[in-house]
Amino acid sequence: MTSTIVVLGIGNLERGDDGAGRVTARLLRHMLAGRAEVYELDGEATAILAKIEDASAVFMIDASRLQAPPGTVHRIDAAQGPLPQSRSDLSSHGFGVAAAIELGRTLARLPSAVIVYAIEGECFEVGAPLSPAVSTATTIVADRIRCEIEEMDASSPPCTRRRR
Amino acid sequence: MTRKTIKLDYLARVEGEGAFKVVVRDGTVKSAELRIFEPPRFFEAFLRGRSCLEVPDITARICGICPIAYQMGSVHAIEKILGIKVGGPLRELRRLIYCGEWIESHVLHIYMLHAPDFLGYDSAIHMAKDHGDIVKKGLELKKIGNEIMTILGGREIHPINVRVGGFYRVPARRELAPLADKLKWARDAAIDTVRLVSTFDFPDNQRDYEFVALRHPDEYPLNEGRLVSNKGMDIPIEDYDDTIEEVHVEHSTALHSHIRARGAYFTGPLARYSLNFDRLTPTAQQVAREAGLGETCNNPFKSIVVRAVEVVYACEEALRIVQAYEPPDRPFIDGPMRAGSGCHATEAPRGICYHRYTIDDSGSVTFARIAAPTSQNQPTIEKDLTSFVGDWLDLPDKELQHRCEQAIRNYDPCISCSAHFLRLDVDRGQG
Repeated sequence: MTSTIVVLGIGNLERGDDGAGRVTARLLRHMLAGRAEVYELDGEATAILAKIEDASAVFMIDASRLQAPPGTVHRIDAAQGPLPQSRSDLSSHGFGVAAAIELGRTLARLPSAVIVYAIEGECFEVGAPLSPAVSTATTIVADRIRCEIEEMDASSPPCTRRRR
Repeated sequence: MTRKTIKLDYLARVEGEGAFKVVVRDGTVKSAELRIFEPPRFFEAFLRGRSCLEVPDITARICGICPIAYQMGSVHAIEKILGIKVGGPLRELRRLIYCGEWIESHVLHIYMLHAPDFLGYDSAIHMAKDHGDIVKKGLELKKIGNEIMTILGGREIHPINVRVGGFYRVPARRELAPLADKLKWARDAAIDTVRLVSTFDFPDNQRDYEFVALRHPDEYPLNEGRLVSNKGMDIPIEDYDDTIEEVHVEHSTALHSHIRARGAYFTGPLARYSLNFDRLTPTAQQVAREAGLGETCNNPFKSIVVRAVEVVYACEEALRIVQAYEPPDRPFIDGPMRAGSGCHATEAPRGICYHRYTIDDSGSVTFARIAAPTSQNQPTIEKDLTSFVGDWLDLPDKELQHRCEQAIRNYDPCISCSAHFLRLDVDRGQG
């Protein structure tokens, strides 16, 4: 099986900061051309699982409400264990990101590397734009994921972008 | 008097946000309220002032699970205004993409949301630990629906290829051909699914519903038909507003639907099946009979079996269309812009999805109304709970709560794109 890196931006662009994952994915689509498969999903678990089960590594970006200041970036190594409990509350549908990861783990369909970037949101109202802090965080997360993917590829020069 | 309250911390296997409250006095259920939000109301406002050609792209955003339902309702209604008639391969492709959505939506509900109730698990994840092969089969089956949606819709979520008059681009034969073998596997997997879910233990709860569904002269209904019921309704869609009214209730931001002067009705798989059994394929009819279903079904807990039968139908119908497909000369039919009003209803996975639009002579939308199936079923869900909870009052609160949730899940309610919290209050009025 070829080594495939998958990036999933998850959320709802119509619900304010819930769109953070998908905005980040759009940034990464240009930054990672040819080096990873980049998708936008709404967060339904089986659709997530279908995208990651054949991947060698997956990066997911989603909005979070973990009682941190807006724009805070959480990096979670989901291959090591379940997401924090409150993460499971956030998907637009009840069967979401956390369920996809745990279902994949149970069925032995989880890639060996599963990194979740959660961007702390502030406003999830219908029709709202991204909050300024969250908008800034999307560029930070995109940059960090680009660096992580470059570092996975031994043939690439070391990532020179400053980690924030 | 004290109030006994049971809360769920997060939404369990229901799409979106809801709160439910039941009030019990002296061992009798006094009231049952299901409170939900209904995003399509916002969309009706968004649509005003937009070109009618943009409507299917906007309505596709109403729901991530059933976008095709919102696209099909809108394009058919607008085509009626513009005098466009879509037939031949374009009509078949519309049935095909709707089959994809049915497969995707029904399989998600059967395997991931509803089956755990019957097998005694808190979630599909817990179920997968003991029944991994069952869950894997569900995941594979759902992928076929995803693939149809992607090929015809242009992408997996919020499809962008459906337009007034047809599609922006239609597939070549070679693009659809690989689906045939996959659909043959899917049909067999769906038959296995019917056999599996028919072995579940079903509560013996049923009521005398008024089932409402589309009925077409020749087909199991997807995009076309008259609106009929088992209690005498038989109307063209144009009479929908004269027959069905939406009313505001204090405990819900969603409008409740009632048949005028008659009351609540039931839309969705159980209604479609019970009013259209004779329009199913012979295979679907046979597996339904083998599963112990009659030609009608009044037990909402058996909706999981009916959904599985509809997956068999959708796979067979999709296979028929793929095998017979010849691309049309043009991907869409055009027509001059003109002012007018039009309405249409299609069969979304969860039931009737009704759209009405008015456009001016420049093609701008001046009025839009959308009645989603879940809002239509709300009064019936509440009546189910009022009726059934009385039989369950001896259960401990946790089991009672679970049984209530299961009763709500019978309808696969899609309260999409809202927050994620279902709270259940059981007020037993015990001092």
